[in-house]
Amino acid sequence: MEAFFEWFRVFYDETGINLPFLYDSYDRDRMIAGFFMTIKLSLVCLFFSIIIGIIGAWLQNSPLKWTRRIMNGYIQLFRNTPPLVQLYFFYFAISSLLPTVSNGYGGQQPILGGFAWAAISLSFFAGAFNVEIFRSGIEAVPNSTIEAAEALGFSRLTIYLHVTLPLAIRVALPALNNNLVNLVKTTTLAYAIAVPEMLYEANQIWSDNVNVTEMMIFLLITYFALVGVLVWGMNRWERSLKIPGFGA
Amino acid sequence: MFTTMTKRMAMAAAMGALALTALPAQADVIDDIKARGTLRVAVKADYKPYGFRDTSGAIIGIEPDLAQDVADKLGVSIEFIPVVSSNRMQFLQQGKVDLLIATMTDKPDRRKVVFIADPNYYSSGTNIMTPKSFGFTAWEDLRGKPVCGIQGAFYNKKTGREFGAKIVAFKGTAEVYAAMKAGNCVAFVYDDSSHVATLEQDEWADYEMPLPTIDDAPWGLAVALGEDRFHDMMGEMIIGWHKSGRILELETKWGVANTPFAQDMHDKYK
Repeated sequence: MEAFFEWFRVFYDETGINLPFLYDSYDRDRMIAGFFMTIKLSLVCLFFSIIIGIIGAWLQNSPLKWTRRIMNGYIQLFRNTPPLVQLYFFYFAISSLLPTVSNGYGGQQPILGGFAWAAISLSFFAGAFNVEIFRSGIEAVPNSTIEAAEALGFSRLTIYLHVTLPLAIRVALPALNNNLVNLVKTTTLAYAIAVPEMLYEANQIWSDNVNVTEMMIFLLITYFALVGVLVWGMNRWERSLKIPGFGA
Repeated sequence: MFTTMTKRMAMAAAMGALALTALPAQADVIDDIKARGTLRVAVKADYKPYGFRDTSGAIIGIEPDLAQDVADKLGVSIEFIPVVSSNRMQFLQQGKVDLLIATMTDKPDRRKVVFIADPNYYSSGTNIMTPKSFGFTAWEDLRGKPVCGIQGAFYNKKTGREFGAKIVAFKGTAEVYAAMKAGNCVAFVYDDSSHVATLEQDEWADYEMPLPTIDDAPWGLAVALGEDRFHDMMGEMIIGWHKSGRILELETKWGVANTPFAQDMHDKYK
C-alpha cells in the first residue's frame, strides 16, 4: 500500500501534478479526517434539520397563537440571514455569553466548540427551510382526509403522525431533496469557524504545498460524489414511497 | 480561389511582419506599470505593524512604506491590495498585483511559484502568544491542546505534526484574537515579530511569548515568474534598503525593536 502512495511522489516529480494527500502520511491522515468530519457534520445536520422541519411544521399549525408566532419568528430569523453570518454570530457572539468550563490545565474554555456550533447553526438554518417544505406538503393533504380521521376519533397528534405526515412527505420530497443537497454543500462554511472539514483541510494542504489547482479539482470531485450518493439515496426513498394514483 | 490564396499570403506576410516588429520591444511588467501609472502591491492588512489599517481604513505599516519607495523610484502612484496568507501568491500568479510584500516566508516550494527577489528584506521566527497563567515553557507543552493559527501559515503543519497541538486556524488575526479571548484556544502560533507588537498593547498585558523562537526564517518579496528586469530591480532596491539602514529606520518609526537580521544586513552592505 505504501508503494502505491509513494508512486504519487514519483508522479509529482515526473508530471508536476502534486497530490500530497496521497503520498504524505500527515496530509493523508488530515484529509481523511476532514472527509469524515464533513460526513459527520452533514449527517448530524441532515438529521436535526429534518426533525426541526417535522416538529416545526406541526407547531406552525398549533391552535395556540404564541406557538405559531414564535415558530414564524424563528423561520424568518434563520431564513433571512446568511448562514456564514449565523455561524460567526453563534461562535463569536453567543458562545462568549455562555458559561465556560475548565479545560483541564488551568484555564477556561467555552462550553461548546466549533463543531457543536456549526451543527446547531446549520441545523437551524436548513430546519427553517424544511419547516416551510413540510408545510407545503401538509397543505397538499385534502381536508376531507383529515376530517375523516377526526371522525374516526384520532387526536391532533396522531392525525399528524399517521395521516398527514406520511402523505405530506411524498409531496414534499423533491423540495426536501433540494434543500438537503444544499445543506451538505453549506457545511463547507464551517471552515470559517475552524471546523476541520474537507475545505479546511484542503486549504491547509494547498497553503503548505502551493497546489491550489489539484486540491480544487479533488474537492470538486469529492463533493460531487458525496452529494451524488445523497441524491441517489433520496431518489430511491422517493420511489419506494410512491403510491400509485397519489400525487403527480 | 486565386483571391483567397493572395489574401492568405498577404495575411501571413502581415502577421510575420507584426511578429518581427513586436519581438525586440517586448513589454514587461515595468513598462506596464509605467503605462498604467500605478504600482499594484499585495500587502497584509491585519498584521501590525507590517501592514495594517489606520482609523480611516487606509493601509499603513512597514511594508506599505517599502512599497511606496518602489513606487517613488518608478515615478508612479501606488495601490495597495490587501491579501491574506492563503491567497497571496495567487494574486501575483493571476496578474492582479505587480509586487508581493506580504510577510511571506521564503520557502523553496514557494520559489517555484513566484519569483522571490534576493537578498531577503526581513526575517522572523515562530513563537506563541499565550496567557501567562498557563505557564508554558516548552513547545511540547502544547501537545493535545487547541492552538489558534492563521489559515495558510506554514508552521501550522509543524506545530501539529511535531508538537502534537490541535491547530484551530482562522482566516485573519481579528478572528484569532476573539477566539483567544473566548478561550477557544490556549495559544496563538504566529510570527514572533507580530507577537512583539501585539504584546505591547495594554489589552494583552496578561499574555506572554514564553517559548524559544523556532524556525527563524527570512521573508521574501516577490514578483511574477519571468519578470527578470523587475526582479533585478527589486534586488537592487533591497540592497539599497539594507545599505541605507532604511529597514532599521522603519522598525524604529513603527515601534519595533531593531531585529538582529536587519542589523546584520545593514552591517553587511554598509
